Amino acid sequence: MKKIYADLHLCPNLRDLEQASNIIKKASMLGYRLIAITFPLNAKEEEIDKIRSISREHKIDLASRVDLKPRTPKELIYNLRKLRRRFEIIAVICESKTVARQAAKDRRVDLLNFSSINPHGRFFDAAEAELASKALASFEIDIKPLLTLEGPARVRLLSSLRRETATAQKFHVPIVISSGVSEKFLMRKPRDMAALAALFDLDEFSAIEAVSKNPMQIIKRNRENLSPRFIAPGIKIIRKGKDC
Amino acid sequence: MDAVWSAVSKLYGEYGASQTGLTLINYDMEKGFAIIRTTHIAIKMVRTALASITKVRDKPAAVHVLTVSGTIKALYKKLENRLL
Repeated sequence: MKKIYADLHLCPNLRDLEQASNIIKKASMLGYRLIAITFPLNAKEEEIDKIRSISREHKIDLASRVDLKPRTPKELIYNLRKLRRRFEIIAVICESKTVARQAAKDRRVDLLNFSSINPHGRFFDAAEAELASKALASFEIDIKPLLTLEGPARVRLLSSLRRETATAQKFHVPIVISSGVSEKFLMRKPRDMAALAALFDLDEFSAIEAVSKNPMQIIKRNRENLSPRFIAPGIKIIRKGKDC
Repeated sequence: MDAVWSAVSKLYGEYGASQTGLTLINYDMEKGFAIIRTTHIAIKMVRTALASITKVRDKPAAVHVLTVSGTIKALYKKLENRLL
């Protein structure tokens, strides 16, 4: 069966519709069947629908995403309560250990993301991975810093990623590889993104799963949960009518 | 090719670059593709290095791998199908 590739982190400038359209077109040309675009917290439905119609023109599926950058766990919980049913993907950019722990154990969080520039800003250790494995969070790796950083900064990042991917695999936390780009020159084909994962010793099979199976599972799960047929975890309406 | 050698050396050093045996077979400027030969053991290394290229002669650029094949004849056949 042909694999379906997804890029769950595209960040075009939504005020420039032409640029957004070019990025969506490029994603379709590179072989992605689904992309997730980061919208601001206060994005209106009309804005999301506009971008969705552009992606439909280019024959690519679009998922709405929001990146949360809370300063405290309380702020995270407040935002999750407000935003969970409005966006298909919720990613948390963890800037402190307490936020990282809260995000890892909260079942409403889909993706855990960490700072690529500050090596002390990465909190994905064994404790974090254990919490994430019991919840539904996946560990997200953005490819953009691997392309834009050079020298010691890239070396430090690769070293952190090597350690963290080994931890994620040990605790069976799904890994998702995304581009995280806002310009089309930094976009890469799915297999090329998986090839870049070799730099931090992620095996080929896991890397390809990280750009195909893992992101698709998140989207499928969330779309089911956000559908009107959803009642509660494990309970959904199959059929309505007189003969049920 | 300078950009490719530079990318391989930057990521894998001179030792890694020496394992690749990179050779330019063909470059079609009109269609915008090149055919590069590399050793079988270095395919993953070269693929990674090509993906890491962000500039060619100080201009923003991206290199995408269209297809990989063991022989040049099969490669041209695959390319024909892809470009059609």
